[in-house]
Amino acid sequence: MTTFIATIEHVVKGPVWGCQDCGQCVLHSTGMTCPMTCPKTLRNGPCGGVRENGHCEVKPEMKCVWLKAYDRTQDWPLPATWKAEYNHLRPPVDNRLKGTSSWKNFLTKRDRWTPTGWKNSTDESQGVDH
Amino acid sequence: MSTLEHKLTKTTETVFTAEFHSLDGNGLEKAKKYADRFQGWFDGVNATDNTAAHAHASNVATAIAIKQLGLEPILQIVCRDKNRLAQQADIMGASMFGVENFVALTGDDVTAGDEPEARRVFDTDGPQLVRLMSTIKRGEYMSGRKIDPAPHMFIGAVENPGAPPFEYRVQRVAKKYAAGAKFLQLQICYHQDRLEKFCAGVRDAGLAGKIAIIPTVVLVKGVRPLNFMHNSVPGIDVPADQIARVESAANPSEEAYLQTLEFAQHALAQPGVRGLHITDFRNDETLERLMTDLGRVRQISTSEPTTNDVKDDHAYSA
Repeated sequence: MTTFIATIEHVVKGPVWGCQDCGQCVLHSTGMTCPMTCPKTLRNGPCGGVRENGHCEVKPEMKCVWLKAYDRTQDWPLPATWKAEYNHLRPPVDNRLKGTSSWKNFLTKRDRWTPTGWKNSTDESQGVDH
Repeated sequence: MSTLEHKLTKTTETVFTAEFHSLDGNGLEKAKKYADRFQGWFDGVNATDNTAAHAHASNVATAIAIKQLGLEPILQIVCRDKNRLAQQADIMGASMFGVENFVALTGDDVTAGDEPEARRVFDTDGPQLVRLMSTIKRGEYMSGRKIDPAPHMFIGAVENPGAPPFEYRVQRVAKKYAAGAKFLQLQICYHQDRLEKFCAGVRDAGLAGKIAIIPTVVLVKGVRPLNFMHNSVPGIDVPADQIARVESAANPSEEAYLQTLEFAQHALAQPGVRGLHITDFRNDETLERLMTDLGRVRQISTSEPTTNDVKDDHAYSA
């Protein structure tokens, strides 16, 4: 059943968003742009190597994933709560979830598990949380 | 408390940091030569981490060498080559030798280097690595396992004010500040207007005085390194008029120096800027000249600076 759900999810999200099956989907908070399609799989914004034309350092033919995410978050009619999460500090990927269904992990809250040390660190300013 | 931390958090003094050259053969011998040139000028010296995706002597070994040679190291850690376990090991290992300044970078991709076939890691990204450093500083590994006593750490990050999306770069600074970064070394930026907007943006975001901005300038001998940076270094764009300025000058070497001095003075005049990071590819007397022209007084006297012409074309990434 679990594999079945993951397969359905992949069939739906693969062609549309280039889903990489990380199992901890954050699409809603990144302007419906999958950060795992960034060659560096960065989940917290663009690296410093973005080209002058806004394209990727690694794949010059591709627009930077995070420029797309930024533009879409600004321009698309997404829910305000989703847009508000754009600047959240997303934790490192839990590699154990690779290939599992993020839908299931969302419902079970498994995708929000973070290591104790990470969880215990608190941000030092207001307005930016995780 | 490190000198860098003291000056940035307890004083209003302008700080100067520098990029230590990458070390390959004759590592310690060369390290001594580089260190002699830097003695007395800098509050911190960056031990780079496989800069521009080229393998060199390790960041931790270089930081220890810098410290043993009487300079204050700033340990760079990038996300490209090591997973979170190895990053934590770097921090703890360097701390064991008294390294206190740390700076987190995402890092150039492997395709920017001379071994593009290597596996890229990026188990963490820049902001996550800042948070990981804060976790260790607080006395825990990522897992929550206690570290007693916790190492003393002064944590920094980097940002590129010259790469798109420009307005979003300030939001990244806020994110890194929230994760625990206290200083920010900037990528080389040849667009003065972009640096101005970036610094004003950081100020307007209420972060001036909370995170120290340290822009980077580069000492180059002529137009060739400018073209190299423009064409080959990810995220660096050198405007055509800046290249033409050096190329068409009667004395390109002198013009390149004056250009660097001008950029340095401009950077230091921006809001929130607390110092300057210097990358030196000239290896001549202009390092001393630049520091003097910027009003810096050498803190100690050492033997004559060496002027060995060491080629280091791989190390353009700040």
